[in-house]
Amino acid sequence: MANSAAGLAAEMLAETGYARLEDLFAQVPDQHRMKRPLELPERLGSEAALRRHLTDLLGRNISCEDALSFLGAGLYRHHVPAICDEVASRHEWLTSVWGTPSSDQGRFQAWFEYSSQLGELLDLDFVGLPVYSWGCAAGHALRMAVRITGRSRVLVPRVLDPERRKVIENYCAGAQPSRRIAVETVGFGPDGRLDLADLQARLSGDVAAVYVENPNFFGVIEDQVADVLAAANAAGAEVIAGVDPLSLGVLAPPGELGVGLAVGTVQTLGVHLNGGGGVGGFIASRDEERYAREYPTLQVSIADTTEPGERGYGIPLFAQTSYGAREEGNDWTGNSVYLWAIASAAYMAAMGPAGFAEIGEAILQRTRYAAKRVGAVPGLSVRFGGGLFREFVVDFSATGKSVAQVDAALRQRGIFGGADLSGAFPELGAAALYCVTETHTQADIDRLAQTLTEVTR
Amino acid sequence: MTMRRYHAARWDEPTVMELGRPGRRGVLIPPVEPGVSKLAGEAQPLVPPRARRSQPPALPELSEWEVLRHYLRLSQQTLGMMGVSLFGTCTMKYNPAVSESVSRLPQMREMHPLQHPDTMQGLLEIIYRLDLALRELSGMDRFVFQPGGGADAAYTQGCITRAYHAARGELEQRDEIITTIQAHPCNSATSAAAGFKVITLPLEEGGYPSLRALQAALSDRTAALMVGNPDDMGIYNPHITEWVDAVHAAGGLCFYDHANFNGVMGKLRATELGFDACMFMLHKTFGAPKAGGGPAVGAYGCTEKLVPYLPGPLVVEEDGAFRLTEPEGGIGRVREYMGNLPQVLKAYAWVRAMGGEGIQEAADLSVLASNYIDAQLMQIRGVTRSHPDLTGPRMEMVRYSLETLTRETGITAVDVQNRMTDFGIDAFWLSHEPWLVPEPFTPEAGELWSKEDIDEWIGVLRHVCGEAYSQPELVRSAPHNQVTRRVVGTRLDDADYWATTWRAYQRKSVARQADHAADHAGHAGKASA
Repeated sequence: MANSAAGLAAEMLAETGYARLEDLFAQVPDQHRMKRPLELPERLGSEAALRRHLTDLLGRNISCEDALSFLGAGLYRHHVPAICDEVASRHEWLTSVWGTPSSDQGRFQAWFEYSSQLGELLDLDFVGLPVYSWGCAAGHALRMAVRITGRSRVLVPRVLDPERRKVIENYCAGAQPSRRIAVETVGFGPDGRLDLADLQARLSGDVAAVYVENPNFFGVIEDQVADVLAAANAAGAEVIAGVDPLSLGVLAPPGELGVGLAVGTVQTLGVHLNGGGGVGGFIASRDEERYAREYPTLQVSIADTTEPGERGYGIPLFAQTSYGAREEGNDWTGNSVYLWAIASAAYMAAMGPAGFAEIGEAILQRTRYAAKRVGAVPGLSVRFGGGLFREFVVDFSATGKSVAQVDAALRQRGIFGGADLSGAFPELGAAALYCVTETHTQADIDRLAQTLTEVTR
Repeated sequence: MTMRRYHAARWDEPTVMELGRPGRRGVLIPPVEPGVSKLAGEAQPLVPPRARRSQPPALPELSEWEVLRHYLRLSQQTLGMMGVSLFGTCTMKYNPAVSESVSRLPQMREMHPLQHPDTMQGLLEIIYRLDLALRELSGMDRFVFQPGGGADAAYTQGCITRAYHAARGELEQRDEIITTIQAHPCNSATSAAAGFKVITLPLEEGGYPSLRALQAALSDRTAALMVGNPDDMGIYNPHITEWVDAVHAAGGLCFYDHANFNGVMGKLRATELGFDACMFMLHKTFGAPKAGGGPAVGAYGCTEKLVPYLPGPLVVEEDGAFRLTEPEGGIGRVREYMGNLPQVLKAYAWVRAMGGEGIQEAADLSVLASNYIDAQLMQIRGVTRSHPDLTGPRMEMVRYSLETLTRETGITAVDVQNRMTDFGIDAFWLSHEPWLVPEPFTPEAGELWSKEDIDEWIGVLRHVCGEAYSQPELVRSAPHNQVTRRVVGTRLDDADYWATTWRAYQRKSVARQADHAADHAGHAGKASA
């Protein structure tokens, strides 16, 4: 600490007019004071010792780079181009706090470019700065729909990431009865897609929103979004689409399908898993006031400066946030994952339209290949065989083994099996969700199929 | 003092949407092996027709170097803390390079939270060890790191308040949360989002609300108190233990927003003041970077009374091995997974690098620096301190006012803030809404900034306040040495003007030009008539 240098604290204290350092704490009554020194682990003052300690701890981990991982289920391991890491580690914005739009202009512009490029992928023209996660984005968007419609019931799919569902349930569980949002579940059909008849039966004049994901949590491509929209609109309800922008080089974006409000992840756009700390979410919509004036987020807009013709960046609709209006604002905003917006901006710029088309196609083919190879393993079946993007459900029931038993055997052979669904989706039996991205080679998938054959024999 | 001859980098860099040429590529995707396409077939038929994208997205097409150079230029056009940043309430610290480098190892970065615990023992141990350290600093019994920032930790308290009273059958009755006008807006906002009514206590003499006002607000409808102490005026409420006792007597919970922990680290503990829960910001107090707004962590800690309601999963230790449990009756999740774990790693590294004595010394240096700044600022014409009648020392930050300067020169706090950036000084923090102090600003030096840095900051403020009296136009029209001139925000809430995406900007600027042309034609028509 710079001011620990010999004599400096005394010099500064002399300027304050107080005799002793202790005098500066006169406001804190003695009976509030901690009466003993802190008991914390021994100080590791040298960088060498600290680094050694940290790497020793991390050395007890086995990463998805060390093993061959098929885990996804809401958090995905795509290739992160080196320039995304390079850009995100620049100290100018890594360590920055806020600044002014003129002095931290570069960061504001990068954020605008994040929103602009995401808007192109989504085919929507109003995009907020990121929120904590996909689940948090869905929770906020459902609350937006409740404010827009004045209604208090929302419909969400049964095929939903259990982590995300828990977040949504919290966002809807108001303390006062008048502030509670009823969350109802829409089932799925034998092909894994949304059960439209069930949706229709649950729709009525008190439904604020229908939340629909594409691809859904099982990896099934949901091609009924237009039907969902028609049914919801007939009932006066909003539709909120949940999407992964990475899929939108090949899958129809919400805007093209006529959906006005969308949420999803930004983790797949140039952000590492980070043990789950890579998550980030977005809220986007058509640029209509009915949506824009209900956003809880901050957003960045192009703005004029005092120099005619010069382009600057400012924060529109600040007054409706919690910073501007405290409890009268739209939900709340605060620190989020804004650094990831910059990594994502670099990712989208590097990918371009061709990159998104190619990665989408590669994932479609690799997913199909993996589903066929794994589905051909004796005793295993792939539950939903229609259009699949990145993930598929594997049923181990016929092997007599639990997913945990299969996973344990795979782990011994250096493979992380797919996420276990048997807790959250008991109706599927001993099922797991396997994830394949552009990072998996044919050899990786063949090794998985071969190893599954061995361990389920 | 000689003023630094600073000028910001100015590249006149277009938006990325305006760069590149069709056909250029920044990243290539691994080609699909023949064996894969043979079994899987072509890609297009793998998407049901109704789910296919019809037009490619209008993204820019750039080479890798063009992308990198563009964002390097934008990073250079970000002042951040490259100069001196005394941004109050955010406790600007050095973010150690070693923590950054270790957090980029695959054993941190390439970890999936659904891995079997056996494969993430190191990660779970780091969570556990930081939990223990924060328990020591607060007296709490358990911490979780799931909340994605300080506001999310406040929201977590809202959810736990709900669950606690629901478990006791009192939720329908207890629907009010009490906070103060000096508490961070997130406390009231998240309480409302959790479905509570919010009661906000005003400040009285002494600079904090009176115990009497609190008692008048308490009833059998009280669910919780959410409060910070000291506040960001540097004022410590000496009656806080009586407050906590009163809230408990009424059946409510007490949450300590420890955003302003830096001046009291190792000097007091939340549980010894009687609080049931507290929140630390790892991206502020504990040395993880701010990153312009996250990824962040609001570490939420509570006593045994509230542990059953915590969000899961929790890390538990048994004979040196770590596993995960889900609290029965807990609130589930406020966010997916276990939190921003690289920030947890960095905070743990900070605790180990500082040690107990280092943390206590940092608190001393923070409060010393604040009072050193105070003595200097009181000598600058136009600067006054909030609650001028309170003459004693303040804590690690103080709220000041430029009201006198504004009255005498017309120059506002925002003008001064902009002009200071012309000398490489990061914008100071003004104040949360509402502005109880007119033309506010709030410096906080923490333990990072050297006396020389602080003197430079004060010297620039003194110089700019002098300019306000001698050359007010120079200050009013600032910045002059920045990336752009001052942004004009007056139309940002106008739907015909705001543009949060390039496509919206193009559409609206075309519409504006058409309107302009039509106006022009109309005027020309009138003139000729």
